[in-house]
Amino acid sequence: MSPEHSEPLRTRLKTFLGLRFSKIREINERYRNPRIKTGRGVSFALLVLRIYLLLLLGILFVKFIYLLH
Amino acid sequence: MNFFSRLYYKYRRAAKAFKLFLMISGPGIIVMVADNDAGGITTYAATGAKYGYGLLWFLILLGPVAYFVQEMTVRLGAVTKRGHAEAIFDAFGPFWGWFSLLDLVLTDWLTLITEFIGMTAALSIFGVPRFLTVLIVCGVMGFMVIKGKYWTWEKLAFIFCAANLIYIPAAFFIRPSVHDVIQGAFIPQFAGGLTGQMLFFLMANIGTTIAPWMVFFQQSSVVDKGLQEKDIRWGKLDTAMGSLFTIIIAVCVIVMTGTLLKGVDIQSAEQAARMLMPQDRILGSILAIGLFDAGFLGAICISLASSWAFGEVFGWAHSLNNRIREAPWFYAFYFLLIVSAGGVVLIPGAPLVLITLFVQVIATTLLPAALVFLIILLNDETIMGKYKNTFWQNVINISIVTGVIILSTLYSISALFPSIFPS
Repeated sequence: MSPEHSEPLRTRLKTFLGLRFSKIREINERYRNPRIKTGRGVSFALLVLRIYLLLLLGILFVKFIYLLH
Repeated sequence: MNFFSRLYYKYRRAAKAFKLFLMISGPGIIVMVADNDAGGITTYAATGAKYGYGLLWFLILLGPVAYFVQEMTVRLGAVTKRGHAEAIFDAFGPFWGWFSLLDLVLTDWLTLITEFIGMTAALSIFGVPRFLTVLIVCGVMGFMVIKGKYWTWEKLAFIFCAANLIYIPAAFFIRPSVHDVIQGAFIPQFAGGLTGQMLFFLMANIGTTIAPWMVFFQQSSVVDKGLQEKDIRWGKLDTAMGSLFTIIIAVCVIVMTGTLLKGVDIQSAEQAARMLMPQDRILGSILAIGLFDAGFLGAICISLASSWAFGEVFGWAHSLNNRIREAPWFYAFYFLLIVSAGGVVLIPGAPLVLITLFVQVIATTLLPAALVFLIILLNDETIMGKYKNTFWQNVINISIVTGVIILSTLYSISALFPSIFPS
């Protein structure tokens, strides 16, 4: 592909991705102040639960791969 | 005369209430019956064949569990007028919001694949090739959302819900031992002990009775339908009836395979249907048709749950009452989901049965994350007002979350160290 053709494509892709990320930034900004104020303890507990569930999910994935073979 | 006047007044009141219920009912019954999706029917069929009527009590226990979880979404949707994804972003901020949305997309997409697996497997019994099933299903699903409004979609979904009831007469038709069924239904037991496989089946049965997509779907559905706070009690009744139907259907499938295929190690509902064909062609066909219907009903609900959730968060127009040009992203996402999930089924040599069973377990593992946020939301007085959770609702729901976490942990331990549990 010649540079004059690839350049607009690259620009278009950049614009497209920029728009998508700007939308995500906008969402993050919109919900920056959560209505429920969770204390540090609750936030920590939620994070621990999340990490724990992801760990269990990882184990399931390993088991799935094991059974596959 | 006075007596007849009062009787007529009571009749008019009851008729009016019934009419109101018919208008408001829908989200609860649809979500609960759709919960008996292709993965669900496969899990029940395998459970019946493996343990006979031995785990009926567990399924019956899951009825109230499903009700208590889902009725929270009715209250939350009717009070906040927001779908679940948006409610989490709003209440907990973007960090937890994105986590929940990604959970939903992952479990929804995987579950949608299992629906296509079920539908293609069911129609393959009648000689319909896989690609044709995928093509037809995608076409019909597209038609359902494009050609109409929420009410039209709901009416069509009701027809598929009614078709799911096909298992009830089938279970009576085979004349199971009533004594054995009652014994299995009301006497808790773990036939063969608490083995790793038993844990897997318990997890899979929970995963098919309550799943994260149901929480998102019912809340968004309640909002799209426009339920108000005054309608909450009817929404609860709708959910209760749905949970009753879902358990009756589950029990009937288990009774069918538990009676005719007990002790046979079956891996899928399709396999069960094929095995039933030589014994009884009608019953085999019923299992296959029911499997297709279950897969279709699951697919139309699950794909909508994700599209609604993304629409809420990204601020796209996201109602079935919108036309395609009014809500292009909503419909694009919907079609992307169904086409990509249908495409997976067409990959040659894909381990479809293993995927189906594992998806139920993955859904159960991710369930506590969704439920914890739901419980916290339902306990916030500024959001829920007088509709916040009562003490006993909290006791029940926290017990459910704890039970699911314990079971997930036990299953993971059994997966890592199989020798700990008896085989």
